[in-house]
Amino acid sequence: MTVFIIRRLLQAVLVVIIMTLLVFFGVMVVGNPADILISEDCLGECYTRAVEYLGLNLPLYEQYFVFLKNALQGDLGTSFKYGVSALVVIVERMPATFELAVSAMTITIFVGIPLGMWAGLKPDSLSGKVIMGGSILGFSLPSFWVGLMLILLFAVELGWFPASGRGETVEVLGIRFSFLTADGLSHLVLPAFNLSLFFTALVIRLTRAGVRETMFVDFIKFARAKGLQVRRVIFVHVLKNILIPVVTVLGLEFGGLIAFAVVTETIFAWPGMGKLLIDSIDNLDRPVVVAYLMIIVSLFIVINLVVDIIYSVLDPRVRLQRVQN
Amino acid sequence: MKRISALVVGSAAVLLAGAAYSADLRFGVKVETPSVDPHWSTNTSAIAVGRHAFDHLIAKDELMGLEPQLAESWKAIDDLTWEFKLRKGVKFHDGTPFTADDVLFSFDRATNIETPTSFKQYLADKKGEKVDDYTVLVKTSTPNPLMETDLAAFAIVSKKHGDGASTADFNSGKATIGTGPYKFVEWKREDQLVFEANSSYWGPKATWDKVTYKPIKSNPTRVAALKSGDVDIIDQVPTTDIPSLRKDPKVVLSAGTGNRPFYVWLDSRRDLSPYVWNNDGSPAWPNPLRDWKVRKALSRAINRPGIVDRVFEGSATVGTQLLPEGFYGYNEDLLPEPYEPDMAKKLLAEAGYPDGFKVTLHSTTGGYLNDVKVTESIAQMWTQVGVKTEVVLNPKQVFFSKITGAMNNSTAVRTYSVASGEPSIQLKAVVHTGPIKGTVYCCQPTGMSNPRSDAAIEEAIVTIDRDKREQLFKDAIGIAVKDYGILPIYFEVYTWASRPGIKYIPRLDGFSMAIDVVATN
Repeated sequence: MTVFIIRRLLQAVLVVIIMTLLVFFGVMVVGNPADILISEDCLGECYTRAVEYLGLNLPLYEQYFVFLKNALQGDLGTSFKYGVSALVVIVERMPATFELAVSAMTITIFVGIPLGMWAGLKPDSLSGKVIMGGSILGFSLPSFWVGLMLILLFAVELGWFPASGRGETVEVLGIRFSFLTADGLSHLVLPAFNLSLFFTALVIRLTRAGVRETMFVDFIKFARAKGLQVRRVIFVHVLKNILIPVVTVLGLEFGGLIAFAVVTETIFAWPGMGKLLIDSIDNLDRPVVVAYLMIIVSLFIVINLVVDIIYSVLDPRVRLQRVQN
Repeated sequence: MKRISALVVGSAAVLLAGAAYSADLRFGVKVETPSVDPHWSTNTSAIAVGRHAFDHLIAKDELMGLEPQLAESWKAIDDLTWEFKLRKGVKFHDGTPFTADDVLFSFDRATNIETPTSFKQYLADKKGEKVDDYTVLVKTSTPNPLMETDLAAFAIVSKKHGDGASTADFNSGKATIGTGPYKFVEWKREDQLVFEANSSYWGPKATWDKVTYKPIKSNPTRVAALKSGDVDIIDQVPTTDIPSLRKDPKVVLSAGTGNRPFYVWLDSRRDLSPYVWNNDGSPAWPNPLRDWKVRKALSRAINRPGIVDRVFEGSATVGTQLLPEGFYGYNEDLLPEPYEPDMAKKLLAEAGYPDGFKVTLHSTTGGYLNDVKVTESIAQMWTQVGVKTEVVLNPKQVFFSKITGAMNNSTAVRTYSVASGEPSIQLKAVVHTGPIKGTVYCCQPTGMSNPRSDAAIEEAIVTIDRDKREQLFKDAIGIAVKDYGILPIYFEVYTWASRPGIKYIPRLDGFSMAIDVVATN
């Protein structure tokens, strides 16, 4: 296991380095940040000074080496746009995004898995068909449209929830959370629901397919023949077996929820980091883009590692293979 | 002054006029300030937000006219020296009195802070000198007619708190101690920016007890936030929503022409231009755009009122030049260009292009409001008179550096705002052939080159006399427009929407400031 983790971490370092190279040079292919950032009235010496300050006067490869040197000392650069450390700009927004992603993930798990199991156990019932029909909608409706409809219905027409923003927050251990206050919670409902919609639909379909398949496998038949309670068969034997693909998808998607919740964050003006990436690309704020993607790549690597570990907990065969290897 | 300033008040607003308004204001803005440090950025949003906590020596009113703020009066002692008399009895939020030392410190900080959006452009070549606590001399090495405009640009911070303070110290509020009508409370980036009234302000008291800025970038969400009562007022109302909001009794619209002209850039400088072809696809030689008649034809072919009505739903005004009506340097002799497609065809035939030619029109996509629709409209109008026009759109990042910056185009829809309140930088960048000896020149080349307008601009920027300088500006733009060197098309109208009971005093510069939100009851 230790060797496995070390190997994975080494791979991760390599991936991060390649990624910085790609992003660093990619941004310059799009355009020169100086043309976007420096105001149109800033001419002559003002312009030259600004270019020097941004470090854009150096040849590109030298800019990259400067970046690498600073990165090794833990400094990922100063945001061109905000004038403060790129890392700070990103980390500031992390709690909001995590909160949104975890809420959406919770909805996905506690709504998606039960509904999927129900639809799998009673595939021909009306309720089963309605669930499956609903999941197709969840899949196919674009989330910016659903988001706008949610706002129009629940915020503008009914006035049940606020239309945008994060609301009141409470500081716990220096991190601000909004789900601990009533106001914050009401701000969280619509965006979390909107974000979870697609993934809930996905999980419903995965779970249903798994249940349908597993119900006819020999060990389930045996368990039932043995006279085990139906509840025990479903919640222990079936559930445990269908969870492997669900955990894989949830794990991968969780990374996606955090890194690229752009649409939902933009529509609901949620102060998270997904929006930051788009804004920074828009402004060619290279230090933020590079730092952001470095963090996200690391995050994905960690999540994949966690997923692997959960596998081995869930499925003894995975553990067994490792031992044999 | 006949500046369009339509204030549409719904009928219910009148009925509700008696209702009490809360003294809290929540302002939903499209663009968030990049920083609370007033010297970090010259962005519109940054300066607007900065003016709550910080005063300037000279302030710009809603028409970008200059009015005394921390400087009570000022005058030129000679060609190279200006004297500023400071307001007495002004105190910073922490109670320290405001003196000349704070002015000199702010001057120095705004000039030397390292940032890509620096105020250095306004302050270079100026030296401040303290005479006494309430008198400052500013010296230049050459006569500078823009002294007042330049000194209006930067905010005055407290020396006591600002000395050694970084931009992060301002963002956290540690150094955000000014003399302004509002005190800084807190800033959570992308979430909210809060001010509270400064009860001991030297000037007119703040209208609002508490002001909260909420950044809401998405257009439909911003409108929904207003309708659902999350915020009291929003800026940059999307033009597509304006007709329906006009009818909404629960919404008040405040609108006024902005300072951002949109014009068609034409390459009349080069004999061979990269995106002009004969009808058979061979490069056009000589470049047809060098012909005055061709340029006039292209101008007459554009239906400007059509663009204003159809594309902008009326939320734009036809442009006749680079400055909005009533602005310093506005040339009253320039009239709206008539829409005459037949005349355009005739002119093309006279110029030797009865069957027209081919051209590519470059523009941004998503860089400005409705930029794609405007570009496509102009292309269709040109095609109708025989100039077959292809549209090439690029994101603004690509457009500025690879297309216009490299002069890698023949025609383009472009804009250049007159942000400083004085047209010399704009004329230098858009009209003057450049570079001008002994002065700075813009990074992007102009498409036109006219020795007469060049001469007028060169004279204007060293003329101290305000009226004489204005005449020279009028001459310069008059020559350029009548020569069809650039084709002015329209000005955006800036629109704010609020709940009944309050309205916005529209600003030429488009700033969104709580200071300009007034109660109507």
